[in-house]
Amino acid sequence: MTNQLVFENLKHRPVRTLIGVVVIGIQVTLILTLVGLKEGTLSDQAARARGVGADLMVRPPSSSVVSMSGGMDARVATRIDQQAHVKISTGVLQQGTDLFNYVTGLDLPQFDKLSGGFHFLAGGPFQHPDDVMIDEFYAKQHNYHVGDTVMLLNRPWHVSGIYQSGMLTRVVVPLRTLQDLTANTGMVSMIYVKLDDPGETDQVISTLRGVLKEYRIYSMEEFTSLYSVSNIPLLNGFIWVVIGLGMIVGFLAVLLSMYTAVLERTREIGVLKALGASPGYILNILLREAALIAIAGAIFGILLSYVTRLVIHNLVPANLIQAIVPAWWPIAAAIAVAGALLGALGPGLKAARQDAIEALAYD
Amino acid sequence: MTSEPIISIRGLRKTYHAGEVDVHALRGVDLDVQSGEFLSIVGPSGSGKSTLFHIVGGLTPPTSGTIHMAGRDLLGMSDAERTELRKSTVGFVFQKYNLLPTLTARGNIEIARDIAHKDGPLPPQFLDILKLLGIEARLDHKPRALSGGEQQRVAIARAIVNQPAILLADEPTGNLDTENSNAVLALLRDLNTRLGQTILMITHNPEAASFGHRIVRMRDGHIE
Repeated sequence: MTNQLVFENLKHRPVRTLIGVVVIGIQVTLILTLVGLKEGTLSDQAARARGVGADLMVRPPSSSVVSMSGGMDARVATRIDQQAHVKISTGVLQQGTDLFNYVTGLDLPQFDKLSGGFHFLAGGPFQHPDDVMIDEFYAKQHNYHVGDTVMLLNRPWHVSGIYQSGMLTRVVVPLRTLQDLTANTGMVSMIYVKLDDPGETDQVISTLRGVLKEYRIYSMEEFTSLYSVSNIPLLNGFIWVVIGLGMIVGFLAVLLSMYTAVLERTREIGVLKALGASPGYILNILLREAALIAIAGAIFGILLSYVTRLVIHNLVPANLIQAIVPAWWPIAAAIAVAGALLGALGPGLKAARQDAIEALAYD
Repeated sequence: MTSEPIISIRGLRKTYHAGEVDVHALRGVDLDVQSGEFLSIVGPSGSGKSTLFHIVGGLTPPTSGTIHMAGRDLLGMSDAERTELRKSTVGFVFQKYNLLPTLTARGNIEIARDIAHKDGPLPPQFLDILKLLGIEARLDHKPRALSGGEQQRVAIARAIVNQPAILLADEPTGNLDTENSNAVLALLRDLNTRLGQTILMITHNPEAASFGHRIVRMRDGHIE
């Protein structure tokens, strides 16, 4: 019966209920979208690193997993090639072009030998120093086609080919051109290494650590596993700040909604008290209403996160990848319910403590 | 009627504090009500009859005096004990019906059972009472779809569904036309006669008061 009263109360004021559901839904979507972007972007980067097909990689001593800063002499590759089980190695240089994107300079013939080559959807490999190859998402987002001119790093490039995404960055250019353009002549950001027997990876890493002291040497498995939010403390903090803000918004929305409801239902609360309802019974009704709004909002927010994914995928496929993270559904829902219950607690206690006679006299 | 009163009130006083002013709403009320009695309380506005109604109903505590109801002393009761009293011992009928607008007539009756921790549908014997009240066909309608008379009859059903020892009616015909007033008063008397329901009814209307077995008049916080 209590549930029926709760349900009917919510039905009685559909617009107010809907506003509560939408506000909480947006809160949940905000959380899920942010977490989805984090997961999607990191897993996409990890997948593209794996897509190169290397068994291990060597990075400069000053580098970190997520930062492409730091360079090393490209001739380090020669020393790597001398080690047992090393089939081929190739150095690449990466340079940031904007907040989200990097351009990779590579020695295409050498890289093709290591990776098996790009799968072109249109056009083909670069033929000239100012040629650029872009992946399908970058092409879609910017509406570029083979033959178009692309402005990157303050200079025009000619699109020679559009390749299937899944390897390296979304934009690749000839290594030598990028080295000269960025004053990194003879330098690379990392060296990919392919072995004749992947089972020897640990052994080769151990050997290389002896040869290339202070350099960072990772198996690809280890490197891609490092693409996690724990390695980006700033991102983790940002996510929790947004979650906190979302919780405050949900709290305020429910607080206002329930405060209005309590005022509007003052006489009804008096009637319930006259019937023998305890303060706990009345508080329980309002908390259930808030919880129901929050649960409906959470479901709406989860559905809305599919919409944001669709929008992001269509508008900025090259910059942002939003994953759907079902593991976060109960977390986001719990945050929404907690915020809503906190918001309902104040008005609920006010209702529960209301004097029955005054409430019955309320018009 | 038995000789042991179901309500026994002696020297009942109630003082409200309105800012720095003390308002003496009841100034020593003595009253006995027998079980099964239909008592009408009449008096002008400000005579204290509503205050008496609220104290007997456990909505507010008395300031002093003694009040025993169904064997329980109301004077020292805590808020929780008075809540329990309202749940188990008294039923209210108000002038403005006070049905919950979001629930159907049936829901309004069942919520009283729910508050009293009685689950499930209305008991079959109660359906006879609903027939007596003439609302058995209107149970699935919300209050806005019911006439004033029907709403008041639903309110009566809600008040007695938990078989309270005492039914308190505060101007139950105050919002009704003559025809509906007479119907509701006749029903109250019928419930009293058939079920032996003790009823205390507050009214301004002498004609309505005459439906009771006995009429007591209040003035200036006293019973005349």
